[in-house]
Amino acid sequence: MSEKNGLIALKVSLPVFFGYLPLGASFGVLFSTQLDYAWWIAPLMAVTIFAGSGQLLAVSLLVSFTGLTQVFIAMLLLNARHVFYGLSLLEAFKDAGWRKFYLIFGLTDETYSLLTSRARSEDKGREQQIDFLITLFNHAYWILGCGIGAWLGKNLTFDATGIEFALIALFIVLCIEQYKVLQSSFPIWVGAAAGLLSLLFFPESQQLLIAMLLICAVLFWQYPANKHRYKRRLIKESADEQ
Amino acid sequence: MSNETLYLVSFILVTAVATFLTRLMPFAFLGKHSNHPLAQHLGRYLPAGIMAVLVAIFLPRAAHWQTPVFGLDALLPAALVIVLHLWRRNALLSMLAGTICYMAIQQGVINLV
Repeated sequence: MSEKNGLIALKVSLPVFFGYLPLGASFGVLFSTQLDYAWWIAPLMAVTIFAGSGQLLAVSLLVSFTGLTQVFIAMLLLNARHVFYGLSLLEAFKDAGWRKFYLIFGLTDETYSLLTSRARSEDKGREQQIDFLITLFNHAYWILGCGIGAWLGKNLTFDATGIEFALIALFIVLCIEQYKVLQSSFPIWVGAAAGLLSLLFFPESQQLLIAMLLICAVLFWQYPANKHRYKRRLIKESADEQ
Repeated sequence: MSNETLYLVSFILVTAVATFLTRLMPFAFLGKHSNHPLAQHLGRYLPAGIMAVLVAIFLPRAAHWQTPVFGLDALLPAALVIVLHLWRRNALLSMLAGTICYMAIQQGVINLV
């Protein structure tokens, strides 16, 4: 049973392996070429922080010896989009016990995408075990990528120009998967419009956060019109249980 | 511990705590309301919207928008990913083909002009 869970998690998380290895490696290379610290500090940061854009920002903050209060605020703002991620997983992580702590810790963009896109059975306990393994595997790929990159950055050079496209390709693939699950392209158009608007009118550091606020605004706005559907579904479910 | 090591250790600690806090917030404050219709509504549509945002923001950044390329250096590989994925629905194949195509264009192995 647990071996089977492991296989499922491995299959689901494999695309992230190919995304995290190059992305982690680019952080690692950046870290070891910009800073004078030992190369293994990079995978250590991968273990304790586990955030792509956060760690990339961390390199530039470390270079300029930024004050810790400012570091704290910068990280909160950069990661603010994660506040929205939890919203869609409240139900899935409910009663996950000790695993819940790690599931929340490991909720990166990519883990979030995988956990919200995959098909789920009725067996909630088992699904939480699989969620936990997917998070653990993603974390391991990330640590590996950061470590390899930092080591390579200190020891050799090769032309990996453009390899970061793997992550964009992953987001496109997950977008299509979401569309297939929902059978509706509405949220995709809202997201694309929000992204392009913030890209055109806001500074680079704030684009992600503002686009996410825009999506939330649209979803809140059209919530009253859809409210009845969820209530009806809830009543139907509790009627089925009885 | 030297000053520099102390700074690095506190830096990593502060960054880790800040990152974890943002991920924890919805669970700490909204955990009891996961059955609320609004949470269900957001949970249903947010993921697709956020994926689209990530594509809409990162794809244009990966492209060169000057003449004569007009963003095609990233849009073509992206189109390849979409077509391949709609056709075969194999995540690894779609990503690998798209990334190789993008790298070949960026490194001048394939010339668009």
